[in-house]
Amino acid sequence: MKKALIILFIMFGLGVQAQNKNAKAVVEVDGVCMMCKQRIEKAAIKSKGVKSAVWNVKTHELSLIFDERKTTLAEIQGNVAAVGHDTPEVIATEEAYNSVHECCKYRSEEVKKDHNEKTDDNKN
Amino acid sequence: MKYLLYIIFCLPLALVAQESLNGRVFDGAASQKEGLPGANVFWLNSSMGSITDDDGNFEIPFNADYSKLVISYVGYKTDTISIKTTNFLEHSLNPKSDLEEVTVSARKKATSRSYLQAQNVILVSSDELLKAACCNLSESFETNPSIDVNFADAVTGTRQIQMLGLKSPYILITTENIPAIRGAAQAYGLSFIPGTWVESIQITKGAGSVVNGYESITGQINAEMQKPSKDFSFYQNFYASLNGRKESNTHINTQVSDRWHTGFLLHGNLRNRKFDNNNDTFLDLPLAEQINFMNRWQYTNPEKGFVSFINLRYMDDRKQAGQVQFNPDLDLEVPNLWGSEIDTKRADVSAKLGWVNPEIPYQSIGVQTAFSWHEQDSYFGLNDYDITHTSFYGTGIYNTIISDSRHKVKTGVSFTYDAYDELVNTTKYGRKENSVGAFFEYSYDNLDALNLTAGVRVDNHNLFGLFVTPRLHVRYAPWEKSAFRASVGSGRRSANIFTENQQMFSSSRDILILNRGGDIYGLNPEVAWNYGVSYLQGFNLLDRKADITLDFYRTDFQNQVVVDWENAQNVRFYNLRGESFANSFQAEFNYNIFENVDLRMAYKYYDIKTDYISGRLEKPLTPRNRVFANVGYETERTEKGSQWKFDLTYNWLDTQRYPSTVSSPEQFRLPERSPTIGTLNAQITKVFSPRFEIYIGGENMTNVRQDNPILNAENPFATYFDTTFVYGPIFGSMYYTGMRYKID
Repeated sequence: MKKALIILFIMFGLGVQAQNKNAKAVVEVDGVCMMCKQRIEKAAIKSKGVKSAVWNVKTHELSLIFDERKTTLAEIQGNVAAVGHDTPEVIATEEAYNSVHECCKYRSEEVKKDHNEKTDDNKN
Repeated sequence: MKYLLYIIFCLPLALVAQESLNGRVFDGAASQKEGLPGANVFWLNSSMGSITDDDGNFEIPFNADYSKLVISYVGYKTDTISIKTTNFLEHSLNPKSDLEEVTVSARKKATSRSYLQAQNVILVSSDELLKAACCNLSESFETNPSIDVNFADAVTGTRQIQMLGLKSPYILITTENIPAIRGAAQAYGLSFIPGTWVESIQITKGAGSVVNGYESITGQINAEMQKPSKDFSFYQNFYASLNGRKESNTHINTQVSDRWHTGFLLHGNLRNRKFDNNNDTFLDLPLAEQINFMNRWQYTNPEKGFVSFINLRYMDDRKQAGQVQFNPDLDLEVPNLWGSEIDTKRADVSAKLGWVNPEIPYQSIGVQTAFSWHEQDSYFGLNDYDITHTSFYGTGIYNTIISDSRHKVKTGVSFTYDAYDELVNTTKYGRKENSVGAFFEYSYDNLDALNLTAGVRVDNHNLFGLFVTPRLHVRYAPWEKSAFRASVGSGRRSANIFTENQQMFSSSRDILILNRGGDIYGLNPEVAWNYGVSYLQGFNLLDRKADITLDFYRTDFQNQVVVDWENAQNVRFYNLRGESFANSFQAEFNYNIFENVDLRMAYKYYDIKTDYISGRLEKPLTPRNRVFANVGYETERTEKGSQWKFDLTYNWLDTQRYPSTVSSPEQFRLPERSPTIGTLNAQITKVFSPRFEIYIGGENMTNVRQDNPILNAENPFATYFDTTFVYGPIFGSMYYTGMRYKID
């Protein structure tokens, strides 16, 4: 009985300790439009270990499902920042930011305002 | 002890990690499952809120204090949902039914082509289906240039459809992805699916997916039926036409419990008036009556990720055709007057169960089973034809990803069983077919310019043996609003020669099968490859949306069961010796000319040739060139929801080759080609409110007619009596009216 309990505890312990293959996380990523969405999702999903990445254009939230054994949230954020989008842990370098399309310059108040005014019509 | 500590330390982490609720809000007004963007999602009595994105997805912080989630959107009913877990929430928001609210919505096009899918898919929404007010699936395609609707056959009045120039048996027609119009249902099956039952249609040109089987050759048509949870709680449609057709459709849908919805769909149609406008002593249109009933059950459990449908259907259809004076009670099988009766009964039972992993939304499992029984008792003059077809279909499918969501995989197994019993005059034919197969389909999407779907299935069939069916679709978008597509794939099927060519019974032709070695009436299975390329380009013309599509498809038969009408005294069936191919080219142009005015134009060219015994010939009664034009205009919807809709469709068909009549006596000879044909259809709908609308329309308004559709109509029991030379409308112009009443 005691043995069984110990085994049970071991398994439980391992189960908790084991890193999640399908970890979920939500991080805020700065961006403004559907073009940004494509860029952000592409960068995220191209990171090793990321299984699903969906960025919400209105809330700026990037919902991720990823394998914790292969990557970390910081690493993914690094990859997203590398294509020019600011994340909580990694801010895009000036160089990366400058590489995004003019209409995607989310740091500019003017561009932001522009996107808030018109609805996204470039879904296609 | 150490381990216990681990647990104690790690548990909170596990709990903290999951502190948000994800979900998706669907547009209850959309005909298909469509996300509702911009809806407000917030916790009751809190400041915690979120907005759905373009796909209707949302994410909202969650903690145990919150239990009531409110979802609202302008013009839609506000829903409050009890939330206990953070499982993925799926919720459909329904439009408000009261008229005081003004709903602001972008106008969606009734038909659209996908820019993003690898396959060449045309979506036909319920709006488009309304443009053809009558009456069943066979008539739903009249405003769609990708599908050709043939003129009704001279006796039974049935319409056959074609895709890429080949008739419907080469199309896989499914209802909710279950193969439906096949086997014994091939000839009249489309008319057994009432139009109002159909929620939307997806037409795939080219080989299509391997998931639904190996039978599709020119393409796939899938009809989604009305869902009890989304359809109106009450819907009534009446239709009456000046050619004596009356139809009624009633839908009743209700929610039985939290998880269960049920719907009853009832259809009846009747034509009891006799018409002989061309004075050939034969009815221009058959007398008909049909009762058709379906009961659907829908189970949804979004928390656990389960969806299920159970469908029960029964149909009884009777037709009487032939000479006007023919009375089945008196003249049965006495060579006095020529008459025909076709009595069809059909029962269907099908069930589906789908499970989406609430934790990992890209993982899902689906199981489908369908059973059908189809019995047709009929005679055509002195020809008797009976068929009973019992069929079972089962499939299981698993969806997941490889490494990440750019690489999607579908895999599964399927099983089919078909038993045919036929009586052709005095000869009995019996055949059993079964197959077991496995499929694997991989889709790649680079989230940018390229995606592809590559599928393969391996089936073991008791008559075809073991065979492989590969199919590949690629889409590439080198610049904005463009899509280049290419596809290649194979398909195979057994030709049910009698049921697919029933018009031959309404003639004095002898039926000859020239092969004996094969397993299917002595013939071999049909095998074909289909190749296609297509280019879609959207652009703005004078600041308005337009798009143009160019398609080229080729179907190449390795074996075909050739139906040879080239001798007027018989119809011969034989295995292809030589070549048989169908090339089809289509150019389509869609343009939003003015606000609320849409134009669609198409030109089609077909080059379809087969090596007959008498040499290589163009496919008979198929025009080489076709022109199609459709204009739709809708007035702006007023605050009360009233609106006018106008729709006009023009079709022009080039000359068609008649099957050879050179061996016939002078008076029964036809010219080499038919005249050209132009037909005009129009429809006007007055929407009084979201609840009530009336429509009137006309078909073939210029009153074009084929004067002598029946050869030797004076002596229907003598040689050269033939009803199969139909190239145009028989009835002439026809007007109809109808109404729709719906309660949410």
